[in-house]
Amino acid sequence: MQIPNVTEKWSGTVTEVTIGATKEEGGTRQKVVKVGGASCIPFMDFEGSPGHKPVIAMDVLDVPPEDWPPALMEPFKDVISDPALWAKKCVDKYGADLICIKLDGIHPDKGNRGAEEAVKTVRSVLQAVGVPLIIWGCDDTQKDNEVLPKISQATKGERCLLASATQDNYKNIVANCMADGHNLVTQAPVDVNIQKQVNILVTDIGFPLDRIVMFQTTGALGYGMEYAYSIQERERLAALSGDKFLALPVLCNVGYESWRSKEAKSKDEESPGWGLAAERGPLWETITAVTLIQSGVDIIRMYHPKAVAAVKKHIDALYTDGR
Amino acid sequence: MALTGLDIYKLLPKTNCKKCGRPTCLAFAMQLAQKKANIDECPDVSEQAKQTLGAASAPPIKLVTIGAGDNALRVGEENVLFRHEEKFYHPAGVAVAVSDRLSEAELDKKLKEVSALRFHRVGTEIGINLVAIQNDSGDKDAFARVSQKVSSNINLLLILASQSPEAMAQALSADGLAAKRPLLYGANNQNFESMAKLAKEKNCPLGVHSTSLEELADLTEKIKTLGVSEMVLNYQGNGVRDVLQGLTRLRRAALRKNFRSLGFPTITFLNDQDPYGEIAQASTYLAKYAGILVLHSYEPWQVLPLLTVRQNIYTDPQKPVQVQPKLYEVGQVTPDSPVLFTTNFSLTYYSVEGEVEASRIPTYILAVDTEGTSVLTAYSGDKLNEKVVAKAMNNTSVGERLKHKKLIIPGLVAVMSAKLKDETGWDILVGPKEASGLPSYLKTTWDRHGKKG
Repeated sequence: MQIPNVTEKWSGTVTEVTIGATKEEGGTRQKVVKVGGASCIPFMDFEGSPGHKPVIAMDVLDVPPEDWPPALMEPFKDVISDPALWAKKCVDKYGADLICIKLDGIHPDKGNRGAEEAVKTVRSVLQAVGVPLIIWGCDDTQKDNEVLPKISQATKGERCLLASATQDNYKNIVANCMADGHNLVTQAPVDVNIQKQVNILVTDIGFPLDRIVMFQTTGALGYGMEYAYSIQERERLAALSGDKFLALPVLCNVGYESWRSKEAKSKDEESPGWGLAAERGPLWETITAVTLIQSGVDIIRMYHPKAVAAVKKHIDALYTDGR
Repeated sequence: MALTGLDIYKLLPKTNCKKCGRPTCLAFAMQLAQKKANIDECPDVSEQAKQTLGAASAPPIKLVTIGAGDNALRVGEENVLFRHEEKFYHPAGVAVAVSDRLSEAELDKKLKEVSALRFHRVGTEIGINLVAIQNDSGDKDAFARVSQKVSSNINLLLILASQSPEAMAQALSADGLAAKRPLLYGANNQNFESMAKLAKEKNCPLGVHSTSLEELADLTEKIKTLGVSEMVLNYQGNGVRDVLQGLTRLRRAALRKNFRSLGFPTITFLNDQDPYGEIAQASTYLAKYAGILVLHSYEPWQVLPLLTVRQNIYTDPQKPVQVQPKLYEVGQVTPDSPVLFTTNFSLTYYSVEGEVEASRIPTYILAVDTEGTSVLTAYSGDKLNEKVVAKAMNNTSVGERLKHKKLIIPGLVAVMSAKLKDETGWDILVGPKEASGLPSYLKTTWDRHGKKG
């Protein structure tokens, strides 16, 4: 029996954003990463292009983390106090597509490091790896406004992805990204309308749409994942329906969020009946990532190499299985 | 998808007789389409038109019940493709596969492990729903023996999985097994007549499988004519991309095109050697659009995240999940125990409760009624202010349970300290911003300033 044609026609395409610049393009990266480009519901390639494969950015912290459980610390224990070596291990051994430098140490409560030290860290990572960089502030507005401009200048031409611009604080970072040729993360906690508003605000002052990645903040599996999921799904539907201010690649912060959850980090003796902590944490992170990509995600920030490997394998299968 | 007003108009007498109270048949048709009128209000409509309309108003995806009584699993009858449009109604069933090749001892061990797959999350118990007995041996005696053993040793619903009608009939002949309404899996293009006959005779739902959606549609139509209406469909795709697309096509055909031949819930069998890969695939199908998932592997660290995906995806997106606003006791509280408040948004409350439990310090938690919103959302929406907290303290008479008058408040609303102190006369201690900071806060800060100060 013939079955009805259920192919949907979409008018919009997610804008393609290029992260990183090679020598010819004025940077020093060995390769660039392109994200976006989807013109169909995620992975429904019979009705459009699924776009570029979602990529994985592994987080590297500028100061050693204090509260990581043993299962998470294990793979990084030899490099945890050297961001450059840490980044190199993520790329060479674990196959990270990008490195996300998370500048925790500049936060007033977590070391209050100055801009100079942060620039030094970023430079050392830039030299250690050939993949493009994401540079993420400490979410303290004042400190970020002080440090990120210096980093932006120091990495001019590398076409990094800088985070982040919010509804209340965007002018400073936008001006820097514009002057130094970087991409920008716009952030709006689980709200489509505010997200669109921020995107309009930053483009109003001249920032190009094809250099913006959206971030809605992320909930881990079991801790509000469904909010991020539905917001991102609504954004992707709006993008495919032709709303150019929402037709932008989406980033998720999966590593940090999933490893905060009890299910990922509790020790075996604290959680009888939940199974081995060594597997529980990495799988919790894996499942947060693979479920969220069904809503339309382009860049996934992750922690654990086992989770990274599983998610990469899954993404490959979503693009090739049955072809 | 329901009929449009114009579709319905074509079925009406088109006399514009006004007997239904509307000026024209078209106006009446439009109201029918919007479900604001009933077809019986038209005295002249034909029986055939009534039937067509009746069929069109039946749910586009059939509700299928597996099992009997209170524990039965209902899957299907979903209305939307995206959960934000409405919600997903009937949480997918999760099954663990059990082979009939297992020895007695292996079977005993596995059943014990499977029975233990229950977890507490955010105040709810979650667990697997079914066991699928697989006739891997090809032997009908072994299948019947294992089916009966599983049925009498485990309090879960059953899937009997065999391609052999003889093996199925023998398993179903065991005392009381058919009355439990197992899912019979399954019918294919070779055996569907005998399988449908068994399903009808025993009044059991029937699984149908094929490697093509076209053939699945053919099979369901043939099986319907044999008197079976409760079916569950397995599109046997080739890997995660193909299965995901198949599940999406099925759901779209049923909902967007009202295509009855595929208007049934689905079942998908997982069997990946990679323990992460299997759960990654299962979670993908859970989001889009599995009715039942049968797992090959079943370690607790695999099952817990999958069940949590189900819990998340099937949450009603229009309605925040709330806990009852009241005073909760965690541990053996005494009049010297600390008291802290949080909101009655379940995610917030259970994060706090989990951390308080982990601290092993007996504590009162006052869940303030913020209509199920989180601390910051409630504060910015004025659902959380000094008056709301004071009222919750009065309602629960928390003061009468304690020797002290010190209230720990969420760090995110430190700004309300002064007003809250004026309103209640209590000392206000500012707690951590994140629930995860509670154990160390209770052990150090409370110990210093609260208990002794």
